Amino acid sequence: MIQVRKLIKRFGLKTVLRGVDFQVEAGEFVALLGPNGAGKTTFLRVLASLSRPSMGEVRIAGYQLPAQAAAVRRRLGVVSHQPLLYGDLTAEENLHFYGLMYGVADLDRRVAQVLEMVGLYARRRDLVRTFSRGMQQRLAIGRAVLHDPEVMLFDEPHTGLDQDASAMLDNVLREVAVRGRTVVMTSHDLARAADLASRFDVLSRGVIAASVHRSEIEPNQLLGFYRQTLLEVETRRKERVSV
Amino acid sequence: MEESAMDVSRQATFETRSAWRAYLRSIWAVVWKDLAAELRSRELLSAMLVFALLVILIFNFALELDAETRATVTSGVLWVTFAFAGTLGLNRSMAMEKDRGCLDGLLLAPVDRSAIYFGKAIGNLVFMFVVEIIVLPVYSILYNVNLFNPGLILVIVLGSLGYVAVGTLLSSMAVQTRTRDVLLPILLFPVVIPVFIAAVKASGFFLAGREMVDIWPYLNLMIVYDVIFTAVAFMTFDYVVEE
Repeated sequence: MIQVRKLIKRFGLKTVLRGVDFQVEAGEFVALLGPNGAGKTTFLRVLASLSRPSMGEVRIAGYQLPAQAAAVRRRLGVVSHQPLLYGDLTAEENLHFYGLMYGVADLDRRVAQVLEMVGLYARRRDLVRTFSRGMQQRLAIGRAVLHDPEVMLFDEPHTGLDQDASAMLDNVLREVAVRGRTVVMTSHDLARAADLASRFDVLSRGVIAASVHRSEIEPNQLLGFYRQTLLEVETRRKERVSV
Repeated sequence: MEESAMDVSRQATFETRSAWRAYLRSIWAVVWKDLAAELRSRELLSAMLVFALLVILIFNFALELDAETRATVTSGVLWVTFAFAGTLGLNRSMAMEKDRGCLDGLLLAPVDRSAIYFGKAIGNLVFMFVVEIIVLPVYSILYNVNLFNPGLILVIVLGSLGYVAVGTLLSSMAVQTRTRDVLLPILLFPVVIPVFIAAVKASGFFLAGREMVDIWPYLNLMIVYDVIFTAVAFMTFDYVVEE
């Protein structure tokens, strides 16, 4: 479903992604782990067609980026730590607006269905700026699944959420995964990632440093695996510098 | 053979029509969203209006002119007021998209990005016209000049079109920077000088009752400017908003 080969992304003189190779099969839930500044958000922005690759090949659902960006966007749902919602519109109006932009058929029924799914139907006529952070994030997920995308990208969706809101978000994420969607989620929260994902990739210093499937690792070993990977990357870097 | 060729042609016509419908629907969605959000918050219009009214009030007291001189400076004061109030509106309109990450939400939609540009530009134009409709009668009373002249209205429409066409493009560029509030006027005013001068001259000539033969060159300049800059914005908006 997602194929990335030798992806490089530069911002001026700074190289953020240094040849990322990444593949995701249809229906997989991949947790992309990594320290701050590893390039996780940049990588997701390239996949979302918000950022143009400097070099390399990116294909999603068979369509190439950036040449076939519109076809890719039609198949993508994106949730970031920002809700991408308009505070001065109601929950219903926000979804209605995005539904028009995506050309969703039978829009009123679909909007009601999505609001039910994220548990905000009763608050549908309330302005989004009156919502708590957790409610906004649930509505953001509703916005992302409105057009029934095949691939979903989540960029640190739990940022700023309290325990209850995070648990509620996890339930929505599980439902998204159960419906057979391909999911890539960046996260700092290893416990949460271990609970949700079927594969764990570690992005460090702009490359995928390691990848492990859920069947190959116990959830309580994930932290050790993550730390070991970062340590190896750092050791290799120091060796290169000393040479 | 002939029938299948006709089928292909019909299919192509159908696809073209669907694409056009989707394009126009996206433009409408962006305009509707901007107007609905503004009707709720009145943030943008009230700022533009207060600023515009203050400017004409200050000029009224600062320039204690006799009736004849007053008529000659009217068009200049009027366009300075529109330009400054317009900059405020353009800045705010794009900042609202950027602040909650909504610009990313728009860019993720599977539509030609020029539809987003046209939607934003039409919204900005509506706000500009609302301010102008309110400012004109106040100005007429304060300066004792009859501004309800069909020729002047035409100049205001053409001048506002050019101003908004360039302003929307440049504000989407400026909003990506940290110094967006300062950057927009610095970028915008040098580029709008041709339409600004033409608008001031044409307005002045209409108010002075000059012959159309004197006014046409300025009207032509404004029409050409509007067409060229709308086309430039249509072609470049995608590159301006992409990382």
